[in-house]
Amino acid sequence: MEIYSNHKKLFILALGFFGTLTLFVAILPAMNNQQSVNILPGAKPLTPLQIEGKAVFIGEGCVACHTQQVRNLEMDKVWGNRPSIAADYAVINRTDIWRNTATLMGSERTGPDLTSIGSRQPSTDWHLLHLYNPRSVVKESVMPSYEWLFLNKEYPFPEETLVNVPEEFKSGSGKIVASHRALALVAYLQSLQQVKLPDGRPVPVFLYGKQASNASLLTGAKLSEKSQFDGEALYSSNCSSCHQPNGEGLVGAFPPLKGSKIVLNPDPNVQITIIMKGYNGRESEGYSAMPAVGTNNNLKPEEVAAIINHERSSWGNDSKQVSVEEVKKVISALK
Amino acid sequence: MRTKTKMMTVIFMGSTPATHADTISGYSDNEISAILLGLLMGMVVFILLLLSLWLYRLVTRLRSETRERDPDFQNWCEQQLTGLDQAEIDHLIARHDIRQKKTGGKSKFILLMIVIITTTKAHAQITPADAGLMKSPGMIIMLTLILIPLLLALWLTGIKISRIIARAQYRRIKKDISDLTNTAFADPEFYRKLIERKAALDFRLADSELRGREPVADTRGMLHNVSEVHSPRFLSSKRKALLPHELPPGTVKLILWYLASATVWLIIGTSIGEYLGIKFVSPDADHISWLSFGRLRPVHTNMVFWGWSSLAMIGLGYYVVPKVGNSHIFNLRIAYWSLIAINTAIICGTVSLMAGINNGGGEYREYTWPVMSLFTAGILLSLYNYFQTIGSRSTKEIYISNWYIVSAMMFIAIIAIVGYVPWWQNGLGETIVQGYYMHQAVGMWFMLFNLGLIYYFLPQQLNTPIYSYSLGILAFWAQILFYTLIGTHHFLFSSIPWWLQTIAIVGSVGMLIPVFAGTTNFLMTMRGNFNKIGRSYTLPFYLVGILFYFTGSTQGTAEAFRETNLVWHFTDFTTAHSHLTMYGIIAFLLWASIYTLVPRLTGKEPAQHWVGAHFWLALLGLLFYTIPLMIGGTLRGMAWQTGRPFIESVTLMAPYWLWRAIGGTLMWLSHLIFCWNMYSMTLRKTESEIRRKVLDAIDDSINITTAI
Repeated sequence: MEIYSNHKKLFILALGFFGTLTLFVAILPAMNNQQSVNILPGAKPLTPLQIEGKAVFIGEGCVACHTQQVRNLEMDKVWGNRPSIAADYAVINRTDIWRNTATLMGSERTGPDLTSIGSRQPSTDWHLLHLYNPRSVVKESVMPSYEWLFLNKEYPFPEETLVNVPEEFKSGSGKIVASHRALALVAYLQSLQQVKLPDGRPVPVFLYGKQASNASLLTGAKLSEKSQFDGEALYSSNCSSCHQPNGEGLVGAFPPLKGSKIVLNPDPNVQITIIMKGYNGRESEGYSAMPAVGTNNNLKPEEVAAIINHERSSWGNDSKQVSVEEVKKVISALK
Repeated sequence: MRTKTKMMTVIFMGSTPATHADTISGYSDNEISAILLGLLMGMVVFILLLLSLWLYRLVTRLRSETRERDPDFQNWCEQQLTGLDQAEIDHLIARHDIRQKKTGGKSKFILLMIVIITTTKAHAQITPADAGLMKSPGMIIMLTLILIPLLLALWLTGIKISRIIARAQYRRIKKDISDLTNTAFADPEFYRKLIERKAALDFRLADSELRGREPVADTRGMLHNVSEVHSPRFLSSKRKALLPHELPPGTVKLILWYLASATVWLIIGTSIGEYLGIKFVSPDADHISWLSFGRLRPVHTNMVFWGWSSLAMIGLGYYVVPKVGNSHIFNLRIAYWSLIAINTAIICGTVSLMAGINNGGGEYREYTWPVMSLFTAGILLSLYNYFQTIGSRSTKEIYISNWYIVSAMMFIAIIAIVGYVPWWQNGLGETIVQGYYMHQAVGMWFMLFNLGLIYYFLPQQLNTPIYSYSLGILAFWAQILFYTLIGTHHFLFSSIPWWLQTIAIVGSVGMLIPVFAGTTNFLMTMRGNFNKIGRSYTLPFYLVGILFYFTGSTQGTAEAFRETNLVWHFTDFTTAHSHLTMYGIIAFLLWASIYTLVPRLTGKEPAQHWVGAHFWLALLGLLFYTIPLMIGGTLRGMAWQTGRPFIESVTLMAPYWLWRAIGGTLMWLSHLIFCWNMYSMTLRKTESEIRRKVLDAIDDSINITTAI
């Protein structure tokens, strides 16, 4: 054939073929998305501090291990209330002249998804401690330490944010102070929350609900009703990053549940209220405010009961178990 | 254009959650494909069984070889007598008065045999357990792919046993002979019989009529470096490279500069990769911002992509492109500028990434646009050079290598432009482009270019034409058609339009066509030449590259199905896959080409045992790296589906991450050896070079004395 002996024609043909396909699978869909998808009415643009924080997030390459997308899969339910939709990302535009748009959706989940980390873990103190050395709060973590976002000062100014790092993780003799960049990064992380869809708009569904249980049967783990309300696992997912798996908390940051008066109280009213509403009564002792974990993470009454019963029967605690009905009653009273 | 955009909008609007559910149910009911794939897997299992049977037969033979002989010695000797031929009897008689020492030692072989038997048994046990595990097509393809190396392993074990049998047989016969010699010495009756038998057999012509009387001489210079080895060889000797090519020294120098730069980036890039692997095991290895995981990871990927693989490819291209068109490089100066641009881009990119300046986090798109523009400029310069070289070819047709190579160069320029131009990058547009960019960069640049190189180097190395030129053409167009579509399969179940995800899956399945066509073409070219593999130090690299081209690419298809993506997406399985392909295919094929080409450019060969060490360390390292990550990734994906706390899936990975670090270390060591081999192929002074120098010096001194 003539075309195989004419290099100009041959290469123009190949280029045209590739170019046309490129146009239809990449450029046009991208432009279409850019033009046709609107920002959700509830979406808030980032504040200047949060924008700085996002720049730190991008610069440190956090996206290598953390995704920011809730797929429409049952298994992704732990990362958000609903699957992410195109409109969630519509608010994100080009970073600056040097840097491209950063939707930060990611392609590897070595660490947890961060789509709604702001509601899952709103505590500044926790984030700072975790950034200084992740293993100080989560023993098994393989995340890098971001020590260079902190300063080591003998005499910090009163307005500076101190981080109460346990001795074994601390380097240097002075006090650990969060830099502006660290605070900005935390502000950005706290801003990561899912926007509620406007009323009347259909919420996308999570798929493969049944498949998930099939898969778990194959691995040999029995996903029964019981394990869904496995207090230990729920505690590990929702509570242990602050209160620690051994229930002892972290000195000067997060109070212990082991031997806690509130946990040992036979009347679960206060305990349930704190889980659902949060608590800041011990800030004067140096303990951080507790976020409303139950509300933020949409815990069901059954789940709250399982967590409470785990706390009441572990680490030497031996207190009266609560029933789901009791929990339901207290929660409805709170509303 | 406008109407087209509108049409897309309509399609986009149509993709509501309701249709999603329909698509899925239609998909999972695809029983037929599951049955077909089940059959495929059944076939592989069947071959496995056949191989096991063969192994069993070999083992029984081995046992019979090492068995004790008939206790009635007298009877045995008589039997042997009739079995011996003339020469053997001659030998026995000649040795009549010489006592032979007996040799023993079988325990070693039995021990080895036990090891082999137990390992094969262990292999056989894995297979049936896996068979009933999952019904989804992707999983079945995956398991089949895992079984293929197993087949290879069984086959290799078989060959090893055959060799052991051969040795055992040799020992047995040696012992028999020595017994017979002893008997002939000790027993005069037997000796008499021996003489009688010899007389009977001796009756024949003298056989000296045809014997030549002239001394042997190599009058044509056909023999080189005849070496006599008087001790057993530990390594079998491989065929030497052919005589050096007559290329202009400028061209040789240019290609070597490209390959040397590539080698430097390989060493630095994989040292960083090795360190990153260690960080999974020891996250507190350092607390230095420039060395933190998030910053170094893109340094590693971009360096081995744009530094090592790309420069090695372009350098080899500067040999292949003029060679297959029977012309010369259009302009050497442009080629050097291209090299400088790309090297500068890598240096700037690396420093800026380590300083925390990146483009926003899309994989392989971490370099900012000024850096990537420099890289693209380098590509365009070389593209222009290639294009002009092809324009000045003296053949009529354009050999298929040049289709692949020039297309790859054009496409990477397009890909970089599409990936970096800001007009379609807001919101999800960025993600759609990211899917396109990251996958096209892999498949339309590295894979396409390497295929071009292989279409030249493989036939050249085998000294045989490519099996089917048309199959190559089919693979070329099919690759463009299907590969361009598959980018978004990295974002399945994300907020990207559902129809776009489906197109990507369809394209991924379509990729089987070019992959099967390419693999068939290469294997059929090798057919009838497999005996050359054992005698060559380059061909094993080609074979491994082709094998991984098949398994790695098919694995990509397997991963793209929605059901398998559920398990594997976001896990280290993807990391394993990218190493299987970028390393197993691209790096191995590049090494194959480099070991083929460089000795012919410089006339210097690497020491074959170092090439062997490079090969085995790289291959074993890759297997140690990828297989644990695939297992761990699968378990992790399954753990996520059970809804257990996330941190459990992190602790679950710990042993697999450790294995990855071990495999990575082996790979890294192999690169150091490769670096040494590059040195011995280029800068290292060989004996003949020194000899020539000495001769030149003598010539000079003679000239001086005669001048005086």
